[in-house]
Amino acid sequence: MAAATTIATSLGTGWSIIRTPLSSLRRGVVLPLSIILFFLLVAIFAPFVTPYSPTKTSLPEKNVPPFWLEGGSISHPLGTDPLGRDIWARLAYGARVSLLVALSTLALGGVLGTILGLISGYYRGLDPIVMRASDITIAFPIILFAILLVVIIGAGLINLIIAVGLVIWARYARVIRGEVLTIMTQDYIARARVSGASDFRIITRHIFPNVVNTLVVLLTLQVGFLIIVESSLSFLGAGVPPPTAAWGSMVASGRDYIVSAWWVSAIPGVAIMLLVIAFNMLGDWLRDRLDPKLRQV
Amino acid sequence: MRRYIFVRTLQSLLSLFLLSIIIFVVVRLTGDPLTLLLSEEATEEDRVALEAALGLDKPIPVQYLIFAKNFLQADFGNSIRGGTPVEDLILSRVMPSVKLAGAAILIVLVVAVPLGVIAAVNKGTITDTVARFLAVFGQSVPAFWMGIILIQIFAVRLDLLPTSGMGGLQHYILPSITLSLFVIAGVMRLLRSSMLETLDMEYINLARVKGVKERKVIWKHALRNALVPVVTFGGTYVATLITFGILAEVVFAWPGLGRLLFDGIVVRDFPVVQAMVILAGALVIGANLFVDILYGYIDPRIRYG
Repeated sequence: MAAATTIATSLGTGWSIIRTPLSSLRRGVVLPLSIILFFLLVAIFAPFVTPYSPTKTSLPEKNVPPFWLEGGSISHPLGTDPLGRDIWARLAYGARVSLLVALSTLALGGVLGTILGLISGYYRGLDPIVMRASDITIAFPIILFAILLVVIIGAGLINLIIAVGLVIWARYARVIRGEVLTIMTQDYIARARVSGASDFRIITRHIFPNVVNTLVVLLTLQVGFLIIVESSLSFLGAGVPPPTAAWGSMVASGRDYIVSAWWVSAIPGVAIMLLVIAFNMLGDWLRDRLDPKLRQV
Repeated sequence: MRRYIFVRTLQSLLSLFLLSIIIFVVVRLTGDPLTLLLSEEATEEDRVALEAALGLDKPIPVQYLIFAKNFLQADFGNSIRGGTPVEDLILSRVMPSVKLAGAAILIVLVVAVPLGVIAAVNKGTITDTVARFLAVFGQSVPAFWMGIILIQIFAVRLDLLPTSGMGGLQHYILPSITLSLFVIAGVMRLLRSSMLETLDMEYINLARVKGVKERKVIWKHALRNALVPVVTFGGTYVATLITFGILAEVVFAWPGLGRLLFDGIVVRDFPVVQAMVILAGALVIGANLFVDILYGYIDPRIRYG
C-alpha cells in the first residue's frame, strides 16, 4: 500500500484525488455499511419512500426517462418502465425481494450447513456420508437446480428460498467441518471429554463458539453471491412471479427497449451491483479482522 | 496412479447415481409426473400410453430403473411443445454453446492468467490496485445486466458490433466477454494470491541466486506452481460457465443450450428442463473427475491422500 501511496503522491494532485476515495473504499467499512443500510431501510419502509404502487400500470406514462434526462420529471425520479410503472417504486419493493431471498436462503443454508458440518467433523463415522452429499451439491450449478424445482413445483418466494437453501448448505458444511477437525485436536476438547461432558455439550459449548467467526465471515461473503443468484433467476423468469417487482425481472423487462429506453434495464442493474459490491466489501473487511486464514474462499 | 484413477472414477459414478436418485425423488415427490410430461392438448390415449411407458403402475424401484435406463439410452422423452424428442433438440443446440464456451475459456486464459501474475509481481502498485478493483467488479456485476449494457454501448451507440445472434467472429465478442467476466475475476483473484505465496518460496530465491532471468523465474518457475490451486477449482469454473452461459445466451439470443433451457422455463417444458439439469450435473461431475486426475499427475502427493 505504501508503494501505491508514494507513486500516487509523486504523480501530483490529480492522482491523489483518485487515490483518496479508492483507499478509503478498501480500508473503510463506512461506505459499504451505508449502502447496505440504505437499501435495508428503503426495503423496510418501501410504502413510505414512494407514493406509487410497484405494480400499478399506466400506459400513457410508459418509458418516461429519469429526471436528469430530457423529458423526465421529478414526479417519477427514476422514470417509468414499458408498462408505465414507477421505477423507483419497483426498485424499493424489489429490494425487499432481493434482501429477503438472500438472507432467508443464507439462514436456511447456514443452519443446515453448520449442523451438518459440526456433525460431520465430530462423528467421524458420519463424515463420508455428509461429505459425499456435499460433493454432489457443491458441484451442482445452483441456478439450474432452482430452475428445475421452480418448473416442477411452481414459482414463488418460499419455493425459491427452499430451492437455493437446499443447494447452498454444502459450502458451509465443508468449511465448518474443516474447522471442527482442527479444533478436535486441541487439548481442551480432550479435557472436556475427560471431565465427562456429553457430546452435545462439547459441540455446543466448546466447538461451536470457536467456529462462529468463520461462519460470520463466510455468510457475509455469500450475501452478494446470493443476490446475484436471485436476480439471475428472476431475470430468467424462474424467480418470484410477476407482477411482483424483483430486480432481475426489472432488467429483463427493459431488454426490448435498449434503444429507446435504456434506463429501464440499466437502473435496477446498478442497484444490484451496488448492493453486491457493498456486501463483498463488508465481507472482505470482516475477514481481515476476524478470520484472515479464509483468504482464499 | 491407476488405483487413484479407479477410485476417483468410482466415486464420480456414485455421485452421478446419487444425482439421478435426487432428481427422481424430487420429481416424483412433488407432483404427478404425467401432468408434468404431457402437454395440455394430450389425449387420454397419450396419457395411458405414457403411463405404461414409464411403468407408473409398477413399484417405485422398478420405476427408477426405467427412468435410469431411459437416460442411459439418451431417451429423454418428448418436448411438450411440438413433441420433438428432447435428445434431438439438445443435439441441434450443442455446437453453438460449445463454441461460445470455447471463446470464453480462451478469453479467461489470455486475460486472467497474465493479469493475475502481473498484479502479484507488482503488488501494491497502481497496476495491482486496478487489477484487484477489476476482480471485485467482475464478481459483483450481474452478467445478464453486463450483457445488456455492452449491447447498449457497442452495438447501439457505437454501432461497432452486432446486437445478437450467431454469425461471424464479431458475433462472439460481446457474448463471450459477458460469459467470461465472472470467471476471469475469480481466476485472477486466486492466481494473484497463490502467486504471491509462491514468490515467497525458497526455490524461487534459489533460481534467482543461480542467475535465472527474472522473467523466466516468474513465468515458468513460479507460475507453474501457482496454477495448481487454480486447476483445483476447474470443476467450479465449469459449473459457473454453464450458469453464465445460460444468461449470456438469453441476452444475446444465442441459438444454444442455454436458450433452449430458457424457452423451456417459459412454457414449463418439463422434459427439456429435466434433461438439461441432469446433463449439466453429469458435465460438472465429469469435469471434477478430469480435474482430480489431472491434479494427481501435477501433484503426486494427492494420490496417497
